[in-house]
Amino acid sequence: MHTSKGLAFWLSCAAFLLAMLGLTLVTGNEYPFFAGYVILQFIVLATAWNILGGYAGYVNFGTSAFFGIGVYIAIMLFKALGAPIVVQIAGAALAGAVLGFAVGLLTLRMQGIFFSIATIAVTIIIETCITNWKFVGGAAGIQLQRPPVTAPFDSYVKMLFFVQAALVVIAVAVARYVQGSWIGRGLQALRDDELAAECTGVPTLRLKLLACCLSGALMSAAGAPSAMYLQFANPESAFNLNYSVSALAMALIGGTAHWVGPILGAILLGVTQQVLTVTISSEVNVLILGLMLVLFVVGAPAGLIGLLRFPRRRLPADKGGGP
Amino acid sequence: MSAALLRIEGMTKRFGGFTALDTVSVDIMPGERFGLIGPNGSGKTTLIHCISGALRPSAGTVRFEGEDVTGLPAHKRTRKGIARSFQIPRPFKSMTVRENLAVALDFASLDHGLSAGEQTEHVMAILTRMGLAAKVDALASSLSQVELRRMELARAMAARPKLLISDEAMAGLSSSEVDEVLDLLLKLSADGITIIMIEHIMHAVMRFSSRVMCLDAGKIVAIGEPKAVMENKRVQEAYLGA
Repeated sequence: MHTSKGLAFWLSCAAFLLAMLGLTLVTGNEYPFFAGYVILQFIVLATAWNILGGYAGYVNFGTSAFFGIGVYIAIMLFKALGAPIVVQIAGAALAGAVLGFAVGLLTLRMQGIFFSIATIAVTIIIETCITNWKFVGGAAGIQLQRPPVTAPFDSYVKMLFFVQAALVVIAVAVARYVQGSWIGRGLQALRDDELAAECTGVPTLRLKLLACCLSGALMSAAGAPSAMYLQFANPESAFNLNYSVSALAMALIGGTAHWVGPILGAILLGVTQQVLTVTISSEVNVLILGLMLVLFVVGAPAGLIGLLRFPRRRLPADKGGGP
Repeated sequence: MSAALLRIEGMTKRFGGFTALDTVSVDIMPGERFGLIGPNGSGKTTLIHCISGALRPSAGTVRFEGEDVTGLPAHKRTRKGIARSFQIPRPFKSMTVRENLAVALDFASLDHGLSAGEQTEHVMAILTRMGLAAKVDALASSLSQVELRRMELARAMAARPKLLISDEAMAGLSSSEVDEVLDLLLKLSADGITIIMIEHIMHAVMRFSSRVMCLDAGKIVAIGEPKAVMENKRVQEAYLGA
């Protein structure tokens, strides 16, 4: 039963990627991809956030730190070595994992709210460092010239759109694996009760560090293509707190107990934001985000998946779920 | 005399200026049913926090099967065979009873390789003994108090312990429920598991223990035969006030 579910998942992933590839080949207009890229990027961010924030219950306000590091590692690799986009992403993911490990080691011994506060501090520290680093443009930011696009794509934005779609598949596959494995059960146990988990044999610190690394690597990977997407980057936008708030809100609104949650949340909020940006103004975004977050926290604390009664996989589900 | 399963030497724990445990030394023998008593605040729970690894002692060592485990984190001690329950039950409340036990099977006994079928078999065997088999797929948050206590013991048992520490598993239970839990502990003891039982309910301590230790203000007041300890004048003073 598990294997057939796994097969269905991977077939859907392949179908998704093929569909995205197909879209880039048949659609002439660049705008849908320009907008779609942002939604895909937020699916990756929300999914990555959920690995630590949802499964382990450690609320991370530092998404923008990881995202920004991804942006700037990509710029650095591109400027210094002329590295292609795949190498930029791999480098960013590695840096994100290292940052996740370092931040985790420093802060994960703290429980609850202290961890969250520490992650905000990390964002500010890293942003300040980048702001004062001339090589990557400093406070004024940096203009980037896109390299020529590779076949089969006819525009760079379409290619980045597809790259981000591939990142979505990777992020979701990682989240799904974590959730279904002993890692996920350990994280859930420590979220429920850290001391009891530790006394039941769960290596809580090691699992939290692992979650932090995975989550950080995916967030930074999501940020890597961003510089080429905008052909410009500055610290203020790369480390914008908006990424932290959005990733968190999307995961919470979608539901944190299942990997499908952040995807639903990111699509709902991402599409709403894109539509509002075009029809009203980009400032209204934030207002809507806040309103929806309040609505969901009050009305549907388990998120969209709670509303849709998406069943969390029970172990082994031979008698169905809870009472 | 055979080697001690658990040897505690010079155990001291200070919280700021307050000394909760003051150079406590005791050996627990394999197969023993060890009763730990003492008035509130006497350091019983602090002692077992130090044994299980939830707290680091300020001084002293814990040896388990001859090995110094003082520096090990709690999860490593659990894997070596020290399992415990909590005074106030601490279930994984978003999980079912089955999943609560699976955490112990996955992490403490390191049976990653168990197939779903084998895991179910293990879980059901433990739950049947604990009288919880009917609740296997109930959410932990829906259990009654006595069921929670039983699940705590079941979860500890799933870790396949050599030493089980039961921290007031009977507090707040009715007298028939106390007898039920007591029978469970006696059955586990008969299987060769060494048990340390912290308890306030004296008739349970008397019926259960092969040896009793009384703590007061972090120090050992008396240790030995249950009857002798109960009749000890200093023990009575500690409980009734001097």
